[in-house]
Amino acid sequence: MERRKERIDRGVKVRSDGIYALNSYREVFYLAFPRLIPILGLLVICPLFSEYWKEVFVSTAVYALLAVSWELLYMGGLISLGQSLFYGVGAYIAGALNAYWGVPPILSLPIATLVGGVFCTLMLLPVLRLRGIYFAMVTLVLPLLLSRFVEATRILGGTEGLTGIDSFSSQWVAFYLVQVALLVAFFGFRRLEGSDYGLVIKGINDNDRAIMSSGINIYWYKTQILFMAGAVGAFAGAYGAHYDMFAGIPGFALDYSILPIAAAAVGGMGSFAGPLLGAFILVPLSEILRALGALRIVFYGLFLVFAVVGLPEGLFHFIRRKYEQIERWVEVDKG
Amino acid sequence: MSDVLLTVSGVSKHFGGVVAVDDVSFELKAGEIVGIIGPNGSGKTTLVNIITGFVRPDKGRVVFKKEDITGKPPYHITDVGIARTFQMIRPFYQLPAYKNLIPSLFSPRVRRLLGGKYGDRDAVAMDILEEVGFERDSSVPYKSARNLPHGYLKRLELGRCIALRPEVIILDELFSGMSIAEVTSTVPIIEKLRDEGIAIIMIEHRLRELFQITDHVLVFNFGRKIAEGTPEEVMNSNEVKEAYLGSEEIEEEETAC
Repeated sequence: MERRKERIDRGVKVRSDGIYALNSYREVFYLAFPRLIPILGLLVICPLFSEYWKEVFVSTAVYALLAVSWELLYMGGLISLGQSLFYGVGAYIAGALNAYWGVPPILSLPIATLVGGVFCTLMLLPVLRLRGIYFAMVTLVLPLLLSRFVEATRILGGTEGLTGIDSFSSQWVAFYLVQVALLVAFFGFRRLEGSDYGLVIKGINDNDRAIMSSGINIYWYKTQILFMAGAVGAFAGAYGAHYDMFAGIPGFALDYSILPIAAAAVGGMGSFAGPLLGAFILVPLSEILRALGALRIVFYGLFLVFAVVGLPEGLFHFIRRKYEQIERWVEVDKG
Repeated sequence: MSDVLLTVSGVSKHFGGVVAVDDVSFELKAGEIVGIIGPNGSGKTTLVNIITGFVRPDKGRVVFKKEDITGKPPYHITDVGIARTFQMIRPFYQLPAYKNLIPSLFSPRVRRLLGGKYGDRDAVAMDILEEVGFERDSSVPYKSARNLPHGYLKRLELGRCIALRPEVIILDELFSGMSIAEVTSTVPIIEKLRDEGIAIIMIEHRLRELFQITDHVLVFNFGRKIAEGTPEEVMNSNEVKEAYLGSEEIEEEETAC
């Protein structure tokens, strides 16, 4: 006799993607519960924490926006090592609009989102034909290049940056604005992923020759996702500029590029929930570890290593499997 | 039905010192099946890649319905109405079979042809899969491509082409890897497409099956078109015999050794 682990899919019948046959409130809850977690978590539970932790959750949400934007590019086969490009561009556009012309946040945020998205798309347009590591190298270089450019030409405040940018009218506005924006981006991208459009985007990553020979201009589609990812990243930057009342060279810092990737690696690539979850683990964890002083980075690094080695598929995919399947040990005859 | 759809004239392509395609010309008419045969490495697939825009020719022109499509990008060439299958199939493995057709149905060409009323793409995809021999009421169309046998994947490729509502279909070794039964059931599908007025180019190594459905064959060797005509004419040509069986001189040398 030998024991073997058996995995059984849990009850809800799926006829095809997104079409469910629901028979009870229990099944409705089963489907709705995972989707309610981010909504309730961000809008109801996070505000219960202290002022200090609320600030942490704001910066978490900013990183999560960048991580979700990273995942959209990843879905289309574009590996970005330069999310800070989006952040920095958005921050500078909103900062300049506000500092030079007094544009209030209610206008500067949407303008920075759109113009930032267009600007980032144009910057990356010439290298859209590159794939994998070659595209990644260029995205890594661009923010470095822009920060040196600002430093050398002393435009936009030079190394000092733009200070005295208007903040939001209240801490509550600031808090809910970013959390709602995150939810909109998250569920919007998920919606997109599930549509035929998303299928084409994932197809470009899988086999771009097949997509091309379906008569679809893959470069035009890549441009579109680049714009969407850039706009979300630029919004994060514009929001950050108003929240910190500062826009400067640190906006192009490597943190904004690396943390979204780490979040995706820990949380699980290939779904938007993974990077979101990853960001909400990594950023608060980094705050908790502050108590350790100088050893903080050591433990942070160890956590990253253990997370990636222990759960290479990512935490989200692990949780989802556990949620969707019943596991039990059965005895099998060895014939 | 004798209007010329596709004209290939004087096309050449070399990769480094290797001449892959050497001064090839032919015409393709609507409702016609043209077979292309030749030994491995004789430039058949390169020719397909040139027509479909994956490879830019060094010389020569490809004209489709009076439009010069030489060197245009692949998506443009599909958009005007030339669809192809790949010799090395690479379906979207993690997707259900019918979802593999969605990119084709989502393409600008199909949306334009159907004038916005494409309805439910999944339903259209199922219709097309049934056309290429997927059993509609079974679980086969819902299985992910990963779990489908090779013959089904080949027909899935054909379905992907049909979904584009093309005027020319290029089948790059569609029959390779198919069982006799699968080939027998696929032949009527191709004949039906021909009867609908679609021009078809078939690259094949399985000559018996090819000769059943085509009446015009081009033979390639070392990148050149060495013979053209009906299957009987081509098979009786000395050059073709040499290409396939080797020339007598070489044989004599071999026996001498």
